[in-house]
Amino acid sequence: MRYLIRRTLHAVFLLLGVSLLTFLFSALTPGNYFDEMRLNPQISPETVAALRAQYQLDRPLPVRYARWLNAAVHGQLGFSFAYNSPVAPLLWIRARNTLFLTVTATLLAWLLALPLGVWSAARFGRLPDRVISWTTASLLVIPDLVLALGLLILAVRTGWFPTGGLLSVGFDELSALQKLGDLARHMALPVVALVLATLPMLVRHVRASVAEVLDAPFLRAALGHGIPYPKLLYRYALRAAANPLLSLFGFSIGTLLSGSLLVEVVMSWPGLGPLLLESILARDLYVVIGGVLLSMIFLVGGNLFADFLLYWADPRIRTAASAK
Amino acid sequence: MQPLLKVENLVKHYGAGRSARSKDKLAALDGVSLSVLPKTTTALVGESGSGKSTLALCIACLEHPTSGSISFEGIDLASLDENQLRLLRPQIQLVFQDPASSLNPRWTALEIVSEPFFVQRRYSKPDRAVRALRLLDRVAISRKMAARSACELSGGQKQRLAIARALALEPKLIILDEALSALDCSVQAQISNLLLELQASLGLTYLFITHDFGMAAHLADQIAVMDRGRVVESGSAENVLYSPNHEATRALLAATPRFSEPPAELVHA
Amino acid sequence: MVEKYSPMVQTMTSLLEVENLRVSYSARTGEVCPALSGVDFDLGYGEILGVLGESGSGKSTLAAALLRLLPAGGKIQQGSILFEGRNLLRASPQELRKIRGGRIGLISQEPSCSLHPTLPAGQQVSDVLAAHENLDRRALRQKTGHLLASVFPGDSERISRSYPHELSGGQRQRVLIAQAIACAPSLVVADEPTASLDPTTQQEILQLFRTLRQKLGLAMILITHNPALLAGLADRILVLYAGRIAEIGPSAQVLYSPQHPYTAALLRCLPSHLAEPPSTRKARLHVIQGEAPDLSWHGNGCQFEPRCTERMEVCKRDEPPAAAVSELHEVSCFKFAG
Repeated sequence: MRYLIRRTLHAVFLLLGVSLLTFLFSALTPGNYFDEMRLNPQISPETVAALRAQYQLDRPLPVRYARWLNAAVHGQLGFSFAYNSPVAPLLWIRARNTLFLTVTATLLAWLLALPLGVWSAARFGRLPDRVISWTTASLLVIPDLVLALGLLILAVRTGWFPTGGLLSVGFDELSALQKLGDLARHMALPVVALVLATLPMLVRHVRASVAEVLDAPFLRAALGHGIPYPKLLYRYALRAAANPLLSLFGFSIGTLLSGSLLVEVVMSWPGLGPLLLESILARDLYVVIGGVLLSMIFLVGGNLFADFLLYWADPRIRTAASAK
Repeated sequence: MQPLLKVENLVKHYGAGRSARSKDKLAALDGVSLSVLPKTTTALVGESGSGKSTLALCIACLEHPTSGSISFEGIDLASLDENQLRLLRPQIQLVFQDPASSLNPRWTALEIVSEPFFVQRRYSKPDRAVRALRLLDRVAISRKMAARSACELSGGQKQRLAIARALALEPKLIILDEALSALDCSVQAQISNLLLELQASLGLTYLFITHDFGMAAHLADQIAVMDRGRVVESGSAENVLYSPNHEATRALLAATPRFSEPPAELVHA
Repeated sequence: MVEKYSPMVQTMTSLLEVENLRVSYSARTGEVCPALSGVDFDLGYGEILGVLGESGSGKSTLAAALLRLLPAGGKIQQGSILFEGRNLLRASPQELRKIRGGRIGLISQEPSCSLHPTLPAGQQVSDVLAAHENLDRRALRQKTGHLLASVFPGDSERISRSYPHELSGGQRQRVLIAQAIACAPSLVVADEPTASLDPTTQQEILQLFRTLRQKLGLAMILITHNPALLAGLADRILVLYAGRIAEIGPSAQVLYSPQHPYTAALLRCLPSHLAEPPSTRKARLHVIQGEAPDLSWHGNGCQFEPRCTERMEVCKRDEPPAAAVSELHEVSCFKFAG
């Protein structure tokens, strides 16, 4: 139990550190949202100064950080200059869309990667394994951007899938079933792009870790006890190979928010990606900090979750943790 | 005669004793005293977890004892600084149970044996090769084998190679930590003959650590029996073997597999 | 679910008949090394056969071949393994699965790595039961409990919940034994079952084997490099050298009046300290001259010839045939041929 508490405290300190660094870096970057206003002759310098004071950009950095941190603990993440609204709800709507996309894609990728990887490992070096190895290797070589653009071109040419957005116009008039269908058609393209981008890596990891334990003496012993082959693969081998995979799973949770930025921008998915891009270009300080922090929460949370999973799955870690 | 090695009231705790559970789980030394006369073989017999390997690591300066003292040729090891220890270390060599794990499989036998010369910067380059070949001769590894890499050698050859490497720096004490246990019977016989020959010609002192009373009885002048971190019985091999006093000794002796006495019906047949 | 494999006891006199078994390993380089070159023996019901051999003798290959569990590159090239009247070399994968663990129990070499590291011991025993018997949850738990209690007098409950890393070497070995005997097989193959154990634990395990044989009428093939283990346990002993049977016969005869020069030399290697007067201590032990056999050697003649002290002209030329020196005692050496 002490192990889990220690890991959680680690995570909290890590988040604090990251928020401080993000704050520092974004404060140190030259220029801010109001600099462009200053160039506009129609806006008087007094107005700009008043705005800066209103958003407290004239206060010293530690004070701003302390105020921001206090607000963040209470669920407030500052104020967006461009949208003229609080950052938290803004981020939340976009994050929800992103999560909707990436959770689907991640689950799908893992559900495909586990059987494919195990199957490939069980036929190590034979034809099916070699086909899978080659396919995953070639998919890994293709940059994500090319993959996404390729899919986009395919969609435009065939007209099978909508090429952007979350919902069709007139979504509200559709029946429940049609609503679901509409959503699925809109999601199809970005989900496929995300799955294709992550699947090869996952398959290769599953294959490698399962292949490694397939030679282990305890699996030979289990085979000698007549344990049925499917059970041997999915219960014995996969379980023994689980530790690196659980860490990887934690990592893939970590990238739920940040992993889809590119695909979202290319496929105009109304997620966090386009929002962050806009805010960075516009120097919308608090949105950027909020976005980065949110991604970090996922990354740290994902790893923490992996630690919990490892603790739960491996009795040796439990023993080592309680002995310390 | 002054003992070569004297261990007095040695205590070693692992895990700093923070929780009671980890303390009784890990092997520890609980006040061990032992003295080893030069040019003799002392066997340290005990079950796994009795602390015999921990004792070996302490003597070889690879572990720091919690309390107690170890003196080698009358010098207390604890009183030496890092530099003096470095000079002393070559005098005490360790040979482990599994030679495969302590030999770099890609190096040739010759490279492995001459490595200590390089590490200690002893002798000139041509001199090193000559000495290494002489060492390999001593352990009956042929010139043909000397050029082979360690992974191509058999288990017995690897163990002979490990012994040759241990001899390279002309040590006084060799700690044999289960050095024969993993070998086949016929190879055990070869190596134990080799050990006896080397002792006779080089005046080596052995600390022979084993759970096999059979080999201990064959090789040792003195036997110390360890049980749960303590030496429960020690004395001349004859005394320990033929009139054991402690229960642990008797249990170990009884468990040693033997079949030297043929059953009566076969003798008469 | 699946019909139980039914032995055809009535037509058979022995439980296992191995005939002319040849196994070889092919390396990546394409080189083929014979590991077993024509092994013949049989095993009666309830009999304990000790297989004695040093590294490279092919003893572990023999254990693996009996269960068709050869590692990658290993191949059974010829021969037959008749078990309960059925040729295992022709069995389908499904039949083989039922035989492994169901009719032939396996105790593999290293207790420390033959158990799944992250499953509780009891679970691993009940998985073997579930693989062969159609039992519901409660029956499964009950039977696992009985099995563990039969090998752990005392705290079998605690053992059942423990993970392998929480058990001692001897306890792990007992779990392996529980797995091997779970489905009441007629044969147990044990490959170096006590090699890594302390002497007292070793004796306890051997004692357990004796008890199990008496209670269950198990036949056993006990593979070891240590002749002393077999005394008082094995009924017969088979001595392997370089993939061939050097000598096979009743245990007392092989151990106390070995006929093959190799067996005799091997037994002379053992220090005989404990029973002898102290004066023989520190004496040179007998050794077998020369190096262990090179398995890639394809020449004619007896494999032991280069190390043999009683070699004759013919030994270089031909392979020695098996010759009977007494009713049950066969030796493959020209000393006894015709």
